[in-house]
Amino acid sequence: MTLSAQAGEKIAVIGPSGAGKTSLLNLLATSLRPTSGIVALSGHDVWGLDKSALRRLRARIGMVHQQPPIPPKQRVVTAVLAGRLGQWSRMRALLSLVYPLDIPAVFKILEELEIEDKLFNRCDELSGGQLQRVGVARVLYQSPTLILADEPVSAMDPNLSDVTISRLHASAEMNGATLVASLHAVDIALKWFDRIVGVKAGQVAFDLSASQITPTLLNELYDSESGLIPMQGVTLTNAEQT
Amino acid sequence: MKNNRPYASAAPPLRDPAAGKRLTGVLVGIFLLWPLLQISQFDLASVFDTNNLEVFGHFLIQFFPPATGQEFLKLLFRAAIETLAMATAGIALAMLFALPLGLLLTHSLSISRIGPGRGRFFGLGLRGFTRFLLLFIRGVPEIVWALLLVRVFGLGPAAGVLALAITYSGMLGKVYSEILESSDTRASRALLLAGSSRSMAFFYGLLPGAVQELASYTVYRWECAIRASVIMGFVGAGGLGQLMDQSMKMLNGSEVSSIVILFLLLVLMADLISYLIRKVLI
Repeated sequence: MTLSAQAGEKIAVIGPSGAGKTSLLNLLATSLRPTSGIVALSGHDVWGLDKSALRRLRARIGMVHQQPPIPPKQRVVTAVLAGRLGQWSRMRALLSLVYPLDIPAVFKILEELEIEDKLFNRCDELSGGQLQRVGVARVLYQSPTLILADEPVSAMDPNLSDVTISRLHASAEMNGATLVASLHAVDIALKWFDRIVGVKAGQVAFDLSASQITPTLLNELYDSESGLIPMQGVTLTNAEQT
Repeated sequence: MKNNRPYASAAPPLRDPAAGKRLTGVLVGIFLLWPLLQISQFDLASVFDTNNLEVFGHFLIQFFPPATGQEFLKLLFRAAIETLAMATAGIALAMLFALPLGLLLTHSLSISRIGPGRGRFFGLGLRGFTRFLLLFIRGVPEIVWALLLVRVFGLGPAAGVLALAITYSGMLGKVYSEILESSDTRASRALLLAGSSRSMAFFYGLLPGAVQELASYTVYRWECAIRASVIMGFVGAGGLGQLMDQSMKMLNGSEVSSIVILFLLLVLMADLISYLIRKVLI
């Protein structure tokens, strides 16, 4: 597959389970090394960089995971602050373990995501949707220039997922960052993203602007003959389609 | 569903492929253990032999009542403090050595495993060397180190502290690395992928999930160190062991029983402290 993106673009990746959405994001996150081909970010072949250059590059990539990789016993404030470990000096990072630095900034981000009351709670006290927002908060605090999001709102109700995606958009806007999100809910993808990439069986099925997406294209992408397209909350029912 | 699963390989046969390995493991285990029981000449009958029981009974009677002379209690108290200090200092030093060694040994924080690939062989070599070093220092029992070090430092707790530090850093390092290896690495991996350094990925990603187990094992080792420092006292490293050695040589059973009672109290206290620490860290 060949894909390229400009800085500041907002791309949604959609497609059936197992199509390769997460693998695509992991390639971009420099977490997977391609067996063949090239991943280039800001004009550099990622796997040709030396250690420290790669580390600096990685500090500018933020990934929101479907299941946030946060230690359950860590407090929310620490989990969010960890977003800037790539930018902080060792001294500062150690100090922050003794007493959390930058509490106000964390509070502000959590407030935007409507979980500011959990600032000093432990992460194992949160619900799935709250934990997902902590993961988002960490990336917002990191303020990277490439935001990757793997099913960032899968555990949230429609209202919260709108809030969350709009915060990701605003952060991308502010930093001129590129946003790439994989989504299983097609309605969210069409509502928020201007460029939609359909992935199927490891190949790019289509790469179009949101306005060009037709029901026929979607039915083909999901191999759905009866018009069942995954939507937010209700996967594979057509009850909500209007 | 045509061509929708391009990555799926051929269906596996429907029997457990690991069953053969398990059976072999059990058989090899039994095969190796049986002759060992024979070699160690373990014989239950000799324990209940009337002659042996009588000798043992005479020996036990001397233990009663425990010695309570003021002079002796003072001595006992000092020795207990010395033992505690030896064990604690030894464990603290061992921790200091073991943490970096355990970290070196852990794959979980290996950047070269995520990439870039260079440095991978260097990492493998370093880990192999560390593994060997830990094996060596914990392979020699602390009592042997103590015997050697008593010649260097003379009689007294200093030799015991160092002997403990050496052997126990080997044990702690090995177990630390195993605990870290078996803890969830997704958090630290995510941090490495966000540009964090290895050490900070450890503090922010790995440690929060592992700290309770690390602490609880260390406290248990501290308890073991208290016992070990008593034994090392017999070779002249001070503390309760040295006192017990003297009392035994003078065949003073009541002193020995006082020492044993105090020793049990120490272990009980260690157990209590480890319980409290685990409670705080949960």
